[in-house]
Amino acid sequence: MFLAILPELSILLVGLVILFLDMILPKERGNTLGWVAAVGLFLLIAVNLLVARPGSEPRLVWGGMLRHDWMGFVFKMMFMFSAAITSLFIMEVNRIGKNGEFYLLMLASTLGMCLMASASDLIMLYLAIETTSIPLYVLAGFLKHDDKSTEAGFKYLLFGAMTSAIMLYGLSLLYGFAGTTNLYALVASFGEQQISDVVLFGSLLLVLVGFGFKISVVPLHFWAPDVYEGAPTPVAGFLSTASKAAGFAVLLRVLMIAFPNLIPYWGAVIAALSTATMTLGNLLALTQKNIKRLLAYSSIAHAGYALIGLVAVSTLGITSVVFYLVVYIVTNLAAFGAVAALGRVAGSDEVAAYAGLSRRSPWLALAMLVAFLSLAGMPPFGGFVVKFVVFAAAVQADMIWLAVVGVLNSIIGLYYYLTVLKVVYLYRSEDEEKPLPIPGSYQLAIIVLAIGIVVLGTVLAPWFSLTSGAAQAIF
Amino acid sequence: MTAMPILFTLVAALTLGAALLVVTTRNLVHAALWLVLALFGVAVFFVLLSAGFLAVAQVVIYIGAIAVLMIFAIMLTRRIARDAGPQVNPNWGWALLITALFFGGLVWMVFQWPGALATQPELNPALDTVQELGKALVSPGAYLIPFEVASVLLLAALIGAIMIAWERK
Repeated sequence: MFLAILPELSILLVGLVILFLDMILPKERGNTLGWVAAVGLFLLIAVNLLVARPGSEPRLVWGGMLRHDWMGFVFKMMFMFSAAITSLFIMEVNRIGKNGEFYLLMLASTLGMCLMASASDLIMLYLAIETTSIPLYVLAGFLKHDDKSTEAGFKYLLFGAMTSAIMLYGLSLLYGFAGTTNLYALVASFGEQQISDVVLFGSLLLVLVGFGFKISVVPLHFWAPDVYEGAPTPVAGFLSTASKAAGFAVLLRVLMIAFPNLIPYWGAVIAALSTATMTLGNLLALTQKNIKRLLAYSSIAHAGYALIGLVAVSTLGITSVVFYLVVYIVTNLAAFGAVAALGRVAGSDEVAAYAGLSRRSPWLALAMLVAFLSLAGMPPFGGFVVKFVVFAAAVQADMIWLAVVGVLNSIIGLYYYLTVLKVVYLYRSEDEEKPLPIPGSYQLAIIVLAIGIVVLGTVLAPWFSLTSGAAQAIF
Repeated sequence: MTAMPILFTLVAALTLGAALLVVTTRNLVHAALWLVLALFGVAVFFVLLSAGFLAVAQVVIYIGAIAVLMIFAIMLTRRIARDAGPQVNPNWGWALLITALFFGGLVWMVFQWPGALATQPELNPALDTVQELGKALVSPGAYLIPFEVASVLLLAALIGAIMIAWERK
């Protein structure tokens, strides 16, 4: 039973150690706290991989609140990984990196995400989502003296509170209809009570508002560009990867487990959302001048691609979503890491500030090249493989039109990713001679991520079998 | 059991009316007082649903602590008691339309469900709800994990709030 929550307990342990160190360490503490968070998380990921792996039979534990299965486990490890990488990035950010509170809030949020990935009860689910969101509101607005950051935090809070209220209303209706809160008992209960599809579908739509906010699908995407732009860059990276993946974990589980009878209805809704999200995200990204806004719209578009796998409603489809998210987390963390590395020196996030980067720091430019080409879906990087798997799932499910929309969108995406790379590699600037110091923690994180992107894109079999195992364990 | 729907409608109207006044009145102290009334209406709902403990908790925590704290905060802060800015933005008509459609849809949906007009079943009087609730909250076979996670959430929210409000140096 305790093995099922070992990842959560590990995160809590790191958080408490940081809280304690924050109290006893002197003011001139360097980056101790950040290193403790990052190294602690990496060590505990290793411990969890050795000890806490779920068995082949998924089990409901803690009174049916959580499910100990591979699906949850894969996501939990990814969340801990993103938190560790984010710690490496954040420790060098002025006015944030030496704050114990930052790490504690980030870890509390990560704990909520882990619970989201394995929650199998509506009450647990709601509490997990709130535990994820509330610390993130503070993290987005952490730079109190920066108007944009404050605005980001406040906007995120308002959107989050509104959508979470609507979602809670939907959840309470579902409980009222079924008389049970356990996700795995809902279907049987709906059948017994003979609840009509219309009523269930209406309640499901309310719940989808909350999930849609977390994964920022159109039309619930308005917050994303403003929040990513205003929030400290590593926080934006964390938001766009871990938080989004957690939303997907919940979406997959709830739709596949609690509403298999409504597949024709929600399948159509998700297909429409996916098309709108991809297309709008990519089209709006074309005109962005600020790289963080560009990445925000790109991350909206990526949520659309990942939804294609969900529309396919098959084991391959769910596999493709999980695989997509694993690659997307690594790739987008690298992209935001590179942006943070330049932003902290240049003091600007405009695309124009990237002129001459390949001469100032060839290695950082190379890392950006790897990350952006992976986002664009170019071989031999991870982004190519997962796009391929997602489109394959759509074709297998006879949704060829959706795959075509996806491919067309990838071409639009390629254009704006290459535009940034053109500025990085071809444009000259007057600052070319200025050195671009990159702190050790950034170097470490970016090297790990870049290797990850290449390995995910070239050595396929282990990742595919891992994610496909996760997909099968959901049922 | 015909008294119940009437009672419910009255309390609902009172709660919603008070909540509306919270956002429309220009005087912050008045708004806080209307908020107390709205919160009290919610407590009455808990009583109607035979959730006595929640009703008491609602009164003690929301009215006894939060609302009183708010009133103190308003009275101790200068120059915020009256708000002079405009209360609506140009989109209020659209917002009203969407809200009305949303509400209509929800009402229609709930009435598609046969249970919408059923009477509330009686609770077994021998059942001690407070005891059952207490046991469920700390039993590993029930709500222990959500209960503990709530404490982590509260700790994080507390630290976050201090972070935002506290000015170092």
